[in-house]
Amino acid sequence: MAFLDRTARSLLLTELVTGMSLTLRYFFRRKATINYPYEKGPISPRFKGEHALRRYPNGEERCIACKLCEAICPAQAITIEAEPREDGSRRTTRYDIDMTKCIYCGLCEEACPVDAIVEGPNFEFATETREELLYNKDKLLANGDRWEPELARRLELDAPYR
Amino acid sequence: MIESVIDFLLNDPIGIVILTVIKALALLVPLLIAVAYLTYAERKVMAAIQLRKGPNVVGWFGLLQPFADAIKMMTKETVIPSGANRVLFVMAPMLTFVLAMLAWAVIPMNDGWAIANINVGILYLFAISSLGVYGIIIAGWSSNSKYAFLGAMRSAAQMVSYEVSMGFVLVTVLLCAGSLNLTDIVRAQTKVWFFIPLFPMFVIFFISALAETNRAPFDLPEGESEIVAGFFVEYSSMSFGLFFLGEYANMILMSAMTAILFLGGWLPPLNMEPFTWVPGPIWLILKICALLFTFIWVRATFPRYRYDQLMRLGWKVFLPFSLGWLVLTAGVLMALGWLPNA
Repeated sequence: MAFLDRTARSLLLTELVTGMSLTLRYFFRRKATINYPYEKGPISPRFKGEHALRRYPNGEERCIACKLCEAICPAQAITIEAEPREDGSRRTTRYDIDMTKCIYCGLCEEACPVDAIVEGPNFEFATETREELLYNKDKLLANGDRWEPELARRLELDAPYR
Repeated sequence: MIESVIDFLLNDPIGIVILTVIKALALLVPLLIAVAYLTYAERKVMAAIQLRKGPNVVGWFGLLQPFADAIKMMTKETVIPSGANRVLFVMAPMLTFVLAMLAWAVIPMNDGWAIANINVGILYLFAISSLGVYGIIIAGWSSNSKYAFLGAMRSAAQMVSYEVSMGFVLVTVLLCAGSLNLTDIVRAQTKVWFFIPLFPMFVIFFISALAETNRAPFDLPEGESEIVAGFFVEYSSMSFGLFFLGEYANMILMSAMTAILFLGGWLPPLNMEPFTWVPGPIWLILKICALLFTFIWVRATFPRYRYDQLMRLGWKVFLPFSLGWLVLTAGVLMALGWLPNA
């Protein structure tokens, strides 16, 4: 009986027909594709993207050159030089991040006592040359100015979990 | 003026040649465009089944993608491996492509619309599609590469195995139609399309057609996961493009063959009012499209056969089954006196 059953099934191609009907049903399903450059998926407030140096609302830069980020950076991608400014406050004269070394671990952001260095939501910063990925202080501050509203919102959203 | 031109085309020897060339171009140019869009259709259908979108950037809905691919293919560099047999290496893709085009000479698009309405049409088709394996074997051998050679070996064995049962299926159809002429075979289906009385043969023919065109789940000759790309690993640029065109043209050819042998060619599904308004070639094209969709659908559904399973299916299932059904059909036709031309 089992033999007859098996033979009948294989002669009538039941398994093949079942498989084909399944794929046909999938054919009419809604597509899962996110149509990338035109559509983008949601990003968590903790997303670790391109770096930025933030400022206080009065325009003063936040970074106090404590070099905690430089110290904690596991890839040694951050280089900081600092000396007192004319008004006596301690500021960086150089703040470089080698984005090709960076592993986007977010430890710099966590080490920072004044929320100056942050990793933003931007991940579309591909360049055509390597040199363009060696960010200096100007580039990082410009990033901060560009993304500030979004950066502040992200920090606020993530604050309860820090 | 017009009358003399028509007279020249129909009666003068040179005129007949010119007319044939025009007819061939009128068939082959749309065919090549169809081949280009078949690759597009394949990508779209497979994408849909896998919940993706497929090409949608080049042109509206990606409709210009085939042309972008063609231009890319033509502008690439042709690489001939240093160990290859140059003449055969260059010849193989041409052979595949030319054979895929050649077979279309006998396909009737409508009643009497065949470029060569020969009385052994089906034998011609069968012969040409069997010759197709030479392109693959030559490509595999002349590349002087182990993957290409393995692919060619597999392809040869596979095509031989499936041609036998395919031959029996053809004989069954011939018994019912009483002619080797493709136009007559379609005419014989006016009352009922052959896929209804010969349904098992129809299924066997379709599966053999998959094997014959090296399509999934019988794509062992090019099995990506084991032998890279099989017989055309070493090919690049337009010589690869010709294999590609040949493969897809063969798919369309096999679908056309199935449509003509089993699905009534250009005949409408019912011989009555709304159906007969649609011209014959449209019906044939619709049937070919439906079969091509099934080709792609099957590819998106089933995993590749293992080599021994492929051989078992060909020799131990299809061959005895089609032989048995052939004897049965012949017996029934004989016993009930339904033999045509008897």
